[in-house]
Amino acid sequence: MNKKIKIIFSVLLLVAVLWVSVLFVDINKLSVLNPKGIIALKEYRLIVISTLMMLVVVIPVFFMTVFFAWKYRSDNTKAKYRPDEDQNHLAEVVWWGVPFVIIAILGVITWKSCIDLDPFRPLQMNNKPLKIQVVALQWKWLFIYPEQKIATVNFFQFPEQTPINFEITADAPMNSFWIPELGGQIYAMPGMSSKLHLIADAEGSFRGSSANISGTGFSGMTFIAKASSEADFNAWVESVQQSSSSLDYNKVVEPSQYDPQAFYLLTDGGLYEQIVMKYMMPTPKKYMGK
Amino acid sequence: MFGRLNADAFKHDLIENLAGYSILIGLVVVIYLMFHHQRWKWIWKEYITSLDPKKIGVMYLVVAFLSLIKGLVDALMMRVQQMFSVGESFGYLEPDHYQQLFTAHGTTMIFFVGMGIVFALMNFVVPLQIGARDVAFPFLNAVSFYLYAVGAGLVVISLVVGVFSGTGWVCYPPLSGLAYNPGVGVDYWIWSVQIAGIGSLLSGLNFFATIVKMRCSGMTLMKMPIFIWAILGTLILILFAFPILTATIGMLTLDRYLDMHFFTPDFGGNPMMYINLIWAWGHPEVYILVLPGFGVFSEVVATFSQKRLFGYVSMIWALGAITFLSFIVWLHHFFTMGAGANVNAFFGIMTMLIAVPTGVKIFNWLFTMHRGRVLFTTPMLWFLGFVLIFTIGGMTGVMMSMAPIDFQVHNSLFLIAHFHSVIIGGVVFGFFAAFAYWFPKIAGFKLNERLGRYAFWCWMIGFILAFMPLYALGLMGATRRLDHYDAATGWQPLFVVAAVGIAIIFLGIGFQILQVIVSIKHRKQNLDTTGDPWNGRTLEWATPSPPPEYNFAVIPHVHDRDAFWTMKHARVHHKPHYEDIIMPKNSAIPPFIGGFSFLLGFCLIWHIMWLAAFSFVGIIICMIIRLSQKETEHLISAKEVEKHI
Repeated sequence: MNKKIKIIFSVLLLVAVLWVSVLFVDINKLSVLNPKGIIALKEYRLIVISTLMMLVVVIPVFFMTVFFAWKYRSDNTKAKYRPDEDQNHLAEVVWWGVPFVIIAILGVITWKSCIDLDPFRPLQMNNKPLKIQVVALQWKWLFIYPEQKIATVNFFQFPEQTPINFEITADAPMNSFWIPELGGQIYAMPGMSSKLHLIADAEGSFRGSSANISGTGFSGMTFIAKASSEADFNAWVESVQQSSSSLDYNKVVEPSQYDPQAFYLLTDGGLYEQIVMKYMMPTPKKYMGK
Repeated sequence: MFGRLNADAFKHDLIENLAGYSILIGLVVVIYLMFHHQRWKWIWKEYITSLDPKKIGVMYLVVAFLSLIKGLVDALMMRVQQMFSVGESFGYLEPDHYQQLFTAHGTTMIFFVGMGIVFALMNFVVPLQIGARDVAFPFLNAVSFYLYAVGAGLVVISLVVGVFSGTGWVCYPPLSGLAYNPGVGVDYWIWSVQIAGIGSLLSGLNFFATIVKMRCSGMTLMKMPIFIWAILGTLILILFAFPILTATIGMLTLDRYLDMHFFTPDFGGNPMMYINLIWAWGHPEVYILVLPGFGVFSEVVATFSQKRLFGYVSMIWALGAITFLSFIVWLHHFFTMGAGANVNAFFGIMTMLIAVPTGVKIFNWLFTMHRGRVLFTTPMLWFLGFVLIFTIGGMTGVMMSMAPIDFQVHNSLFLIAHFHSVIIGGVVFGFFAAFAYWFPKIAGFKLNERLGRYAFWCWMIGFILAFMPLYALGLMGATRRLDHYDAATGWQPLFVVAAVGIAIIFLGIGFQILQVIVSIKHRKQNLDTTGDPWNGRTLEWATPSPPPEYNFAVIPHVHDRDAFWTMKHARVHHKPHYEDIIMPKNSAIPPFIGGFSFLLGFCLIWHIMWLAAFSFVGIIICMIIRLSQKETEHLISAKEVEKHI
């Protein structure tokens, strides 16, 4: 085989392997690329825009890599050989300049989108937002509805088309709160209250999880975020209020793994604030986990 | 008497025991072989007590290679777990064991493979390329190596005695604090990284002084080989970044040992401070690893395109820009912490700016091939593979530097795929290129090309299969460090592909081991008698292979970049004038300092304070002995030098 055929063969091989590597992707399950809320949708659009803009540089790089390797292979004596040629100001201006311009455009987009998609920034909507307080525990998620006076574990329901104001903390090592289909992600930290504002455009059940290692039961820290109609949501709240026992926080806070969904009545409206505040003062050791 | 150390520390489950036993058996085999071939005296004289940077470089290589194998086994075990641990099945590993695996994998790969490779390259190449006979502080150099080896040793010993940390390789508090992790795991991490980190800092100082003060006459800054420039950038990063690491881990140590609260949220401590500090070291660390790779490729591309490097000045500016920018981007590791929009935007834009000089470097390499005569030797194949993989990694890197995109992929497998693209492409492929390129200089014979090509293709195909599915998995919502997931996620087939990819990478490693064995066996056919097997351009090729202890019989005088290339083409023959050469004598003190450091680290981990104090005093005494030694150098007479030419 001469070098020419070898180069063609190599490129074909790489493309084939690349194809095999993503052969098993289920398009419908690419949750980040199938957004179900305006925040996730905007984040998805940014992915597309930035990818396209970078391809302006990446495609020529791939092309030149293969083409130069092909054309200037050592046995191609017809190609020019200039062993002392080591600069070309015009070319260098181009490859400092073009990427810089692309980055400048991306920079402007970044600045604007950072402000627009700041997780702490409330969504501008006409209807009244729903407030949900989230506590990462060892190793489960506690969702508190202070206005509805209920609390749930590893599951929460909310009406579609309604902005949700999350307040997020942890009574555990740091976790990260992420629902790929609705948008993401913010750290849940002990002694800190983070905010996140999301919305669902349609009904559906979305998988959420913790994205930051928090100890033994970390992998089981998944939950379901269920978007339903307003009426269904109200019915659900009512059923929880009527059929559940009241929340015993001292029991829930005990470390446990792969907890099933659970539903409680909330008796202490200021629970979330107490959880945040308990790290604010020199507290006795009894509050620190085992 | 023995602190926390008791019989329980030696109790492990079957799989952990297998790891422990395999290490013990390996050790016994090595000791047996050493006795069998009666090599103890040889290894003591030629390597263990040697202060010759070329020998120290080889020792770095050995430790880094063993660490690489260990890190890869960790990786394979993780993927096999993820292959099977779906739905009802929970795989073959306990969560705690799995979490130790990924912590050990990250720690090993960054501190003991990456840094080991970087220092191996520096030790071997820097003095030769700058026309020097030695490094600035030969004794310190050996001490640095032993501190590094001690760190690697502590990670390995945790397989047999106790457990390793399970908190992820950057050990965020409060998870790494006393409340959640009272055991020895985090302490193993602390002391292995702390001791190795001090070694790195000392090495950084040493090589910085070497490059600044010991270049041969005529080699002005703008005539230095580009590899030396890359190393200089690396060293500046080491000098500024590693003190941060030492101080941060120091504070974590105080939290854990003296119940202080720098980083735990109660009593006024702040875990966010730790995360900021660790990445203020951690991001420059990424460039500490990859800049030498850039340097290697600059040498390799020019040599095998048989052409001068394109855009030398551009390259230096690009290196400078990367060095500077790498210090003002650390926050991009935690956009999700909730800093303000403007803070996120600033760090995001600084991060994507790094893409510009990095892109410039890639274009310059490609235009070095342009109008060259490209020889597809293994180093060149590694370079081409690097361009393809690293460009994908760079592209996804720019994507993630936009904070709103990062919110959707942070800590997902997309991130894992991104940094493996840049680290495997830049650091690992860079090292393999360097290994094939400089091996004849180290050993005196070339490596087998055919097996090298097989290894390259295994790595390339293995990489694509192992990491492209991870990009998809990240977009499917798969987070890192999971030991179990639901069947409904649809992730399993991709994890299977990824595991197959790792297996193919193992095949590649197998070919590389075979390559070294076969090359040693058939070395007679591949002998490098000229000292210049590749038609090289820089000064190291002006020496015989392997070079004598003193590198250069006569210190060269440099007139131009590509100094050796110019010398070859303008051969001026005049009889060289030989002089007496003074070189450092061997010293047994660095291995002793290493031994005491190991004991110190181990005893601090297990709270055996009396023995820790004893080891510390031991280190001090070693230093006093060294400082009071008078005859630390020996003279090689001009006649002897002439005889060896």
